[in-house]
Amino acid sequence: MSGAAWFQFAALIAALLATAPFLGRYMAKVYGDGEKAPGDRFFLPVERAVYRLCRVDPDSEQRWTSYALSLLAFSAVSFLAVYGLQRLQPFLPLNPVDLPAVEPRVAFNVAVSFATNTNWQAYGGESTMSHLTQMLGLTVQNFVSAAAGMAVMAAFLRGLARRRAATLGNFWVDLTRGTLRILLPLSTLVALVLAGCGVIQNLNGHTVVTTLEGAAQTIPGGPAASQVAIKQLGTNGGGFFDMNSAHPFENATALSNFVENWAILVIPLALAFTFGAMVRDRRQGRAVFGIMLAVWAVMSIGTMALEAGGSPRLEALGVDQSAAADQSGGYLEGKEVRFGPAASGLWAASTTGTSNGSVNAMHDSFTPAGGGLAMVHMMFGEVSPGGVGVGLNGLLVMAVLAVFIAGLMVGRTPEYLGKKIRAAEMKLVVLYVLAMPTVLLGFAAASVLLPTALASLNNTGPHGLSEILYGYASTANNNGSAFAGLDSSTTWYTTTMGLAMLVGRFFLIIPVLAIAGSMAAKRPAPATAGTLPTHTPLFAGMVVGVMVIVAGLTFLPALALGPIVEQLSL
Amino acid sequence: MLRQLTAAAGMLLVFTALTGLVYPLVVTGAAQAAFGHRADGSLIERDGEAVGSELIGQPFEGEGYFHPRPSAVGYDGAASGGDNLGPSDEGLLEGIEARTEEYRAENGLADDAEVPVDAVTASASGLDPHITVANARLQTSRVAEARGMDTGEVARLVDDNTTGRTLGVLGEKGVNVLELNLALDEEAPAS
Repeated sequence: MSGAAWFQFAALIAALLATAPFLGRYMAKVYGDGEKAPGDRFFLPVERAVYRLCRVDPDSEQRWTSYALSLLAFSAVSFLAVYGLQRLQPFLPLNPVDLPAVEPRVAFNVAVSFATNTNWQAYGGESTMSHLTQMLGLTVQNFVSAAAGMAVMAAFLRGLARRRAATLGNFWVDLTRGTLRILLPLSTLVALVLAGCGVIQNLNGHTVVTTLEGAAQTIPGGPAASQVAIKQLGTNGGGFFDMNSAHPFENATALSNFVENWAILVIPLALAFTFGAMVRDRRQGRAVFGIMLAVWAVMSIGTMALEAGGSPRLEALGVDQSAAADQSGGYLEGKEVRFGPAASGLWAASTTGTSNGSVNAMHDSFTPAGGGLAMVHMMFGEVSPGGVGVGLNGLLVMAVLAVFIAGLMVGRTPEYLGKKIRAAEMKLVVLYVLAMPTVLLGFAAASVLLPTALASLNNTGPHGLSEILYGYASTANNNGSAFAGLDSSTTWYTTTMGLAMLVGRFFLIIPVLAIAGSMAAKRPAPATAGTLPTHTPLFAGMVVGVMVIVAGLTFLPALALGPIVEQLSL
Repeated sequence: MLRQLTAAAGMLLVFTALTGLVYPLVVTGAAQAAFGHRADGSLIERDGEAVGSELIGQPFEGEGYFHPRPSAVGYDGAASGGDNLGPSDEGLLEGIEARTEEYRAENGLADDAEVPVDAVTASASGLDPHITVANARLQTSRVAEARGMDTGEVARLVDDNTTGRTLGVLGEKGVNVLELNLALDEEAPAS
């Protein structure tokens, strides 16, 4: 890795350290119990108008069950709206290049994908979706599916913080406040910065120009910057264009790349501080932040170094992959010159550690070990730092699991934040931990056996298995990035990946809400000399250990047959 | 449950208006007012006609032009894409080998000369506007010869159209191929 790569990495960490704590404490006020929040004078009247329009009583608190029902109702309505928009787009306005209706199976997959905050794309944006579908369907879901994930987290944190309480807050209030006070202002800011860098923002159709050599070239148009900003901030990741943030019109310069990479990470990391503030113990928040940042940093350095290292097969052909003053070097297949291996590797770790899934380089073309690291980062369950809201939830579930294992080792009843963890909670934790690997490995195994599924592969041998594994790792974790060679628009993949996304969203969110409901009802026990402190580096190390052991036991055999064997045979 | 569904539908409608219409339109208005040229795709005009975008690469084959990177979509701006072949794919490696030999022959390099990696690998977007400085330098004498220009003069144009790392650390150096070729045309129109 070159010196500039290290500086770039350090600059991103510095930007995150400078912003995440403030944003986190601000979000704690947005979701906090009855506190005043900055901007109340402007936002409160708007929020009251929204509640009146939707006939929602903002003061009525919900138990975990009705909180979950509200979330499910909202997701169902969202699914129908996105599906309908895609099917009806030829009859609706803002379709300047007359795109036809999206095929039913793809429309199903896309509707699930955007309503679950996955943004897996079984289609090419510029050749499939009208401007209206992009704006009213996809951009809207980018906001509200992210806000819904953050709402669940707010409910979970209230469950941990409240004592002997029956309720967790109100879903509609959390949804509204998260969208209006966090996502909309940040997105507007980021979108304008991106437009200043060259990310397009217009309502034009295609412009056809004549190139210097006399050929016709199509220059696409569209409102990209506004969608790109929220796709990063809301850890959505669905691109305006097929090639996502590798497309120069979505990610024009090294500066826009830096801003987008920051935007991917900032909310998930800031939520660690929100956690600390909401449970009134900042040390807990800092410990969680430390875990998230450390795992992400290790994965980032690994991926950057592997991609900068190049491929021995190219070296044998007389291709110069060395870093020098006049070239970045590294394995540039599927990468852009303006980003090079360092910014591409850094992005890959960021997008897979969150549930973002946007890409600025083609992961399918990464070195086997580099692509394997991206896969592993998702297989950790996306907790480093994870998707907005759901990532923090996942990490706290891992913390509960770590507390439980530690409790077994010393023979004490485990407790977290003063609340005793009992069988009821542990069953839900196990359900949470098993849901994602079950669909990932189950569907991947079925795909390997089905000739129709294998016909979708772009690569053979171990790399073909990697394409399948990556696809289900991505959908089951609501990530959305892809080994894009896999043709996922077939009936088999649109259906099974749609199901994987549904399980990856709701089989995680509902157990989390149930845990929150049961934790809220408990009375905290005072800490004693025998209590395991959960803010120490020792405990942080245990949580990481649990993550690595769980993912390793589950996925190592499959990884051995995919990326590991491919790397060894290069 | 019915009450939940009506609340859900209401919320979705409100947020569709706010985040699906107001937000993109406000951003469009502000972006157009502040950075109209960039928001419209950074188009380059020559003699009043748009000839391309600063950000979107173009295919160039003529001897007298600098050549861009290989593209999986032939620089078709209506599509975008990489070839998505894994690093052990034999087809990919054969393609890279063929491009390497072609590059050496085009630019008069020795049979065992090392070729810059960007010159023989496809970009992610298929629309990469840049090549590395190393790649541009190796093409300089071919271009100079085809245009009857001095090599030093072409090298100067390469330097003029090189963008460094942003703030010294972000991203990588690159030469914008379209802008470089436009500058060449201005300096010494291809015969």
